[in-house]
Amino acid sequence: MLEYMYFPHDVSTFGPQIDWLFSLIFWIVVITWLAVTITMAVFLVKYRSRPGRKAEYIEGNTRLEVIWTSATAVIMIVLALMSRSTWAEVKENGPPGQVFYNVTAKQFNWEITYPGPDGKLGTKDDVTVENEMHVPVNQVVRIDLASKDVIHSFFVPNLRLKQDAVPGRVIKVWFEATKTGTYAIPCAELCGFGHSGMQGTLTVESEADFQKWLKDQYANANQ
Amino acid sequence: MSSTAAIAIGSAHAEHHELGFWRTYIFSQDHKMIGRQFLFMALFMMAIGGLMAMLMRLDLAWPDTQFSFLRFFPQSVQNDSAITAATYNSTLTMHATIMIFFVVMPILVGCFGNFLIPLMIGARDMAFPKLNMLSFWVGAVAGVIMLSSYFVPGGPAAAGWTSYAPLSAVPIYTGVDWGQNLWCISIIVLGVSSLMGAINYITTIINMRTKGMYFFRMPLVIWALFITAILLLLALPVLTTALALLLFDRMGGTHFFLPAGGGEPILWQHLFWFFGHPEVYIMILPAMGIASEIIATFSRKPIFGYRAMVYAICAIAGLSWMVWGHHMFQSGMDPELGTGFMLSTMVIAVPSAIKTFNWLGTLYKGNIHYTTAMLNALSFVAMFVIGGLSGIFMACTPVDMYIHDTYFIVAHIHYVLFGGSLFGIFAGVTYWYPKMFGRMMNETLGKIHFWITFVAFNCTFFPMHILGMGGHMRRIYNPTQYDFLKPLEPINMFISISAFVLGSAQFIFLANMIWSYFKGEKASENPWNANTLEWSAPSPPGHGNWPGPIPAVYRGPYEYSSPESEADHLPQWQVVEHATAAAD
Repeated sequence: MLEYMYFPHDVSTFGPQIDWLFSLIFWIVVITWLAVTITMAVFLVKYRSRPGRKAEYIEGNTRLEVIWTSATAVIMIVLALMSRSTWAEVKENGPPGQVFYNVTAKQFNWEITYPGPDGKLGTKDDVTVENEMHVPVNQVVRIDLASKDVIHSFFVPNLRLKQDAVPGRVIKVWFEATKTGTYAIPCAELCGFGHSGMQGTLTVESEADFQKWLKDQYANANQ
Repeated sequence: MSSTAAIAIGSAHAEHHELGFWRTYIFSQDHKMIGRQFLFMALFMMAIGGLMAMLMRLDLAWPDTQFSFLRFFPQSVQNDSAITAATYNSTLTMHATIMIFFVVMPILVGCFGNFLIPLMIGARDMAFPKLNMLSFWVGAVAGVIMLSSYFVPGGPAAAGWTSYAPLSAVPIYTGVDWGQNLWCISIIVLGVSSLMGAINYITTIINMRTKGMYFFRMPLVIWALFITAILLLLALPVLTTALALLLFDRMGGTHFFLPAGGGEPILWQHLFWFFGHPEVYIMILPAMGIASEIIATFSRKPIFGYRAMVYAICAIAGLSWMVWGHHMFQSGMDPELGTGFMLSTMVIAVPSAIKTFNWLGTLYKGNIHYTTAMLNALSFVAMFVIGGLSGIFMACTPVDMYIHDTYFIVAHIHYVLFGGSLFGIFAGVTYWYPKMFGRMMNETLGKIHFWITFVAFNCTFFPMHILGMGGHMRRIYNPTQYDFLKPLEPINMFISISAFVLGSAQFIFLANMIWSYFKGEKASENPWNANTLEWSAPSPPGHGNWPGPIPAVYRGPYEYSSPESEADHLPQWQVVEHATAAAD
């Protein structure tokens, strides 16, 4: 259903859960909206003013009041509890990673730092590339997200992932992409006059292609 | 006792009513004149805020395009006859700032609060008339300061109305220097104005109700304004504090929000939204009150569940202090805290639902009259339902991760603030216009304005949900820079054209206000056959509101179609023999 509403196709492991929650809320909302709007429309036509009619003197109904209050409360609280586990999975813990990057936002680019040939981040042989993020498909990618100046927001619509990058903080982000392809990484938080147009690309590729690309980067860095 | 004192003061006033031009029209201490002044100031600001919206839509449909007429705007709005990335950011900041602080708040709180509270509770004037006058003039100064930022080098603030630090805290990040300082100063000054108003409303409502006007006989709009005033009193000092800290960071070399000196950017967001979420309800509660008055009057029925409505207003106000974190789910705030805020946000839907169901209950078996005021009030309910329901998506933390900072949010806030507050304002102005200006507004023009606005509003803001679902970020001036947004371009074009229709239609409302002022049908004391106390005063009421003694109140505000009365309304002030005993 969502693809008919311009949703970008999902390529992350947690995306289906988010889309499922979206659809669930969508149907709750549509049914509630139809119920309220149709009731309102019926009342508006049926009880329109006509000569000789007098309104009925009704001050309220405690039973109805209790029913619709508790029904709304139950639906809303259940919805919150159902959303909790997905949220915890994406933002609180997540699986242990295999691939580690630093992503540092600055006006108006994403700096992506890959571990060098020693496989470790934070050593001299690290390679930093602007706006080009390559990841192997079907592997957990863990990012340390930071910012050099103002708040930016790391947004990958196809991954359903968004996380602000805050100067002074390092925020842990993870995802696992399930389909190869290239996807946009726009900045989602107003970050200055270059905010519009600040974007990187996420390339999801096979392990072999990824290793090849990484080797090219090492070679470029040594030149 | 206090009402007796007010009567004495009122009749003393009535004896010397030769106040002269300046004290009657400019530095007036009369609550009705101050209410009108707030209305006129806000309508003027609305023209500017609306123009900013039109410029944004112009740019979003035709980005980076030169339009020769743009050269008439100051350099801070256009650059070489085109809207650029930098001026677009100023324009969106000023649109939101003006609409929130200088249009919706002054009309709902300043205009209706001032005009209605003394008239509807049975008082000659506000508790502190001088403070009231000062409140308006301080507000006007804030407006002048805000507008003056268009004419300083670098132009007006460009960090969004939320002014997230560090973007707003360091001039080089936006390229705006004095514009942002003036923005902070203006809102600090405006906060002082609102505080003076809030203290006045609270004092007046608590102390100056006429005989028989118990708390639970107050009309819902007065309840809403009362609770709104309490929210203002408690929320604004937080914003003022935050703005002062931001100014220190900008001008005094402090580092409250700057990590370089040990500061914390997210502190700004906590302070801002701790004010900002009650602020959202400050802008909707009075409109809910207005809608309640109008729906009861034109359904000729008592409000369904009056007490439940009062409790719902109080519950919304109470919960509004516990939900600010839902603006910050993706900010880096502890995700576990996000879960807590999700729960409290879901719970605040409950009192909103109670209000909606009670409005529907009020229509049930009513005798509905379709006046312009009623159409706007009904539209308020219908649009508020959409705005409320779309809020559930972003209350759900995982879904918010996708739609946060997209046009889905823009759609949501406009369904609440335009569909809600502004339709409430149209309804309220039409409904109380006869009391404010002594003449009826033209119904034909009113209905033309309503239908065009209603259709164009939905064509403008509904498709924004779809943009948001497509991942369209807010606050970008040129969507064509993104390949993945290409399929959404026709929708952007459609929205812009609808927005131009929506903007133009507002001139009909303005024309109606002006035309009716001079040529409208003269209004009787109670043209809508309504029950609340303001309709017992002359239209428009003179100084002191009632020429004779202040009427006493014998019953609740919504006794429409009561079995006690032959007519379909039974005003609060009308004496019915067995009811008189109850009042004493």
